[in-house]
Amino acid sequence: MSVRKSKISASLSRRQLLTGVGALSGLQLASNFPAPSFAAGNPIKIGLQAHRTGIGAAYGYWYERTSVAAVKVINDMGGIGGRTVELIVEDDATDAKRAGEVMEKFATQHMVDVVFGPLFGNVVGASAARAGDLKLPLFIVSEGSELAEGQFNRYVFQTGITNVRSQVTAISPWVIGNVGKKVTMIIPDYIFGYNHRDFITEAAKKQGGAVNAVIAIPPTETSFTKYFSQIPADTDAIYHVMVGPGVLTFVRELGEYFGSKGPKLFGFIDSLEAVDIASPGLEFLEGSHLWEAFPRYLSGLDSEGAKFYRDAVGLDENGASKDNAKEVSTNSHMFGCWETLFSIKQAVEASGYKAASDRKALIEAVEAITSFAEGKEHPQGAKQFIGKAHQCFGRQFISKVEGGKLKVVHTTSIEDGLYEPKADYTTQAL
Amino acid sequence: MITAPALLLALMEGAVGAAVLALTALGLSLVFGVMRVINIAHGEFVMLGAIIAWWCSAELLGAHPVLGFLFALLVAPLLVGLVALAADWLVLRRINYDPERTILATMGLLYIIQQSVLLLYGPDARPVEPPFYFRVQLPWFGYSGYKLIVIALALALLGATWLVLSKSRIGLYMRATRLDAETAQAFGVPVRRIYAIVFALGAMLAAVSGVLIAPMRQAHYLMGTDPLLLSFIVVIVGGLGNLRGTLLAALLIGLGDGMISVLFSPTLAKMIATLLVALVLIVRPGGLTREGAS
Repeated sequence: MSVRKSKISASLSRRQLLTGVGALSGLQLASNFPAPSFAAGNPIKIGLQAHRTGIGAAYGYWYERTSVAAVKVINDMGGIGGRTVELIVEDDATDAKRAGEVMEKFATQHMVDVVFGPLFGNVVGASAARAGDLKLPLFIVSEGSELAEGQFNRYVFQTGITNVRSQVTAISPWVIGNVGKKVTMIIPDYIFGYNHRDFITEAAKKQGGAVNAVIAIPPTETSFTKYFSQIPADTDAIYHVMVGPGVLTFVRELGEYFGSKGPKLFGFIDSLEAVDIASPGLEFLEGSHLWEAFPRYLSGLDSEGAKFYRDAVGLDENGASKDNAKEVSTNSHMFGCWETLFSIKQAVEASGYKAASDRKALIEAVEAITSFAEGKEHPQGAKQFIGKAHQCFGRQFISKVEGGKLKVVHTTSIEDGLYEPKADYTTQAL
Repeated sequence: MITAPALLLALMEGAVGAAVLALTALGLSLVFGVMRVINIAHGEFVMLGAIIAWWCSAELLGAHPVLGFLFALLVAPLLVGLVALAADWLVLRRINYDPERTILATMGLLYIIQQSVLLLYGPDARPVEPPFYFRVQLPWFGYSGYKLIVIALALALLGATWLVLSKSRIGLYMRATRLDAETAQAFGVPVRRIYAIVFALGAMLAAVSGVLIAPMRQAHYLMGTDPLLLSFIVVIVGGLGNLRGTLLAALLIGLGDGMISVLFSPTLAKMIATLLVALVLIVRPGGLTREGAS
């Protein structure tokens, strides 16, 4: 009898225990649900899709650093529409497949108000498509020209940086006139490189020059000498624009191959972003020219706005990190994050945006913008914004390498880079 | 158009490629030949070698690049060898070197190594100072002096490995284990220990080639994929586990890759290499050289 009784009590206690465990785990599950966002002071949530890892990592680091600095400035100013900005960063590994997942995560898990940040063309394409599906506003900080060509959708904007087509339109008369007429192009083998190829070929023809060879190199390539024998002997000028982790190797091998005797060089600073121009092996660049969107050295652009921006991001006068002179920034791209965040602020405040249900008003408010004035919010310079094409246009800089530093020798006007974009997104339904 | 200077450049690029590739592929082939383990993580050992080369030149020493380079040549294989020994003891031995399971296990190892490096070293590609910096100016083009040194160093290292394999007692044990592990064990060869040593040696060869590559191409956490792919092509074309075939195939693939890349296009070079693998598998599944004992 007593044996039986004890058995019963044992089984009861086991059942009780199980119930307890179940209840506990239930509680735990419940506590895992995110609290409603308005509980914590109702911040405005902005997602940064960053290339933290993968081949765009150098850009990702600086995009994040610039964005954190901009958000701090915005919050010190009182936030956006009186609400504190909460920056949520997700890594897309510079990978198109991952980009879609990141957008999904922003929409369903973090429930952000807007997303910004992707740069690399293939990743931008994937994020843009997802943004349209999710009806989530996406501000790309890229240079791809597809947006203004009408290939994306009404939810995608580029308010902080000019695109390749405009950059090339602005600078090609100077390049063909001052560097050389027979141009060999060395470009990355994907959409960004093709943008360069198409627009330079077109522009060169107009200026009486010609592109006599195009060498496309995969952005994952690590060794470059083998491509250089394709450069025709009668080339006057090499136009180079390379991206990816191998850029330093690329310029170094170009120098090994030509020494100081080769054709004249004109490059997009992309080939040297995050690379110290005074690195050993780059001496041959002396005297060559580079395009910059935002002069790396303070001497190239020392307006009040530019100084304020550089201080906030922590840049020294050589465009490197203040606390580590070897950590060179991607200065010609990352300002786009800063300016994009301020344009989001402007549009949110103009539209009276409160929650996701106001997205239509927000999008129409961005489309209503016509220009941005130069200043702390837009340190790179004034910009014209074409609302129907969702694209901004700004000035460009051409710099010469002198004494291992970059010196601005030519500045274009906004009009130099202006063209009639094909896109009209305002006709698309929201 | 194929010109004499282009041909010369092609030969030089091909020779550098072949020399480094031979070192990497020899490691992979050795591991497969002796242990029957297909090491998917082999490329990561190359990457580890390059990363350690960066640490030696930049972080630890800050001294003269030659010292850093020599130090790296010593330290990288040692450290990577230890990592391989640990992997052998912790993983491969536990699954009894079962061919199918080791593929999965080494794939896991690949991700563990890659992600650990991402955490510790970061996602940036960092330049490694070459020990010697000089340009060889030819009448038509210039060439990196360091690359020429790499060819010499790789040949010396290959010779040394060859000597160990053919003349030393441990080399004899390895060859015996490769031919028949059970009989070797019956004759008193410590097969398990030989397995561990071979796995470490394979990794060390990869690490050394990583140290050699780093000053040419920077150190980056994703750089292991390319050498892995090419090594696999070499090992298949050369005949799985056949060391002499591996060297021959490395020469063929390395030189061929360089030549076709320079004269035509790098994409075509990769296509032809892959096609060659398919052809070899169909026509001569044993590899180009028939069952040559090493």
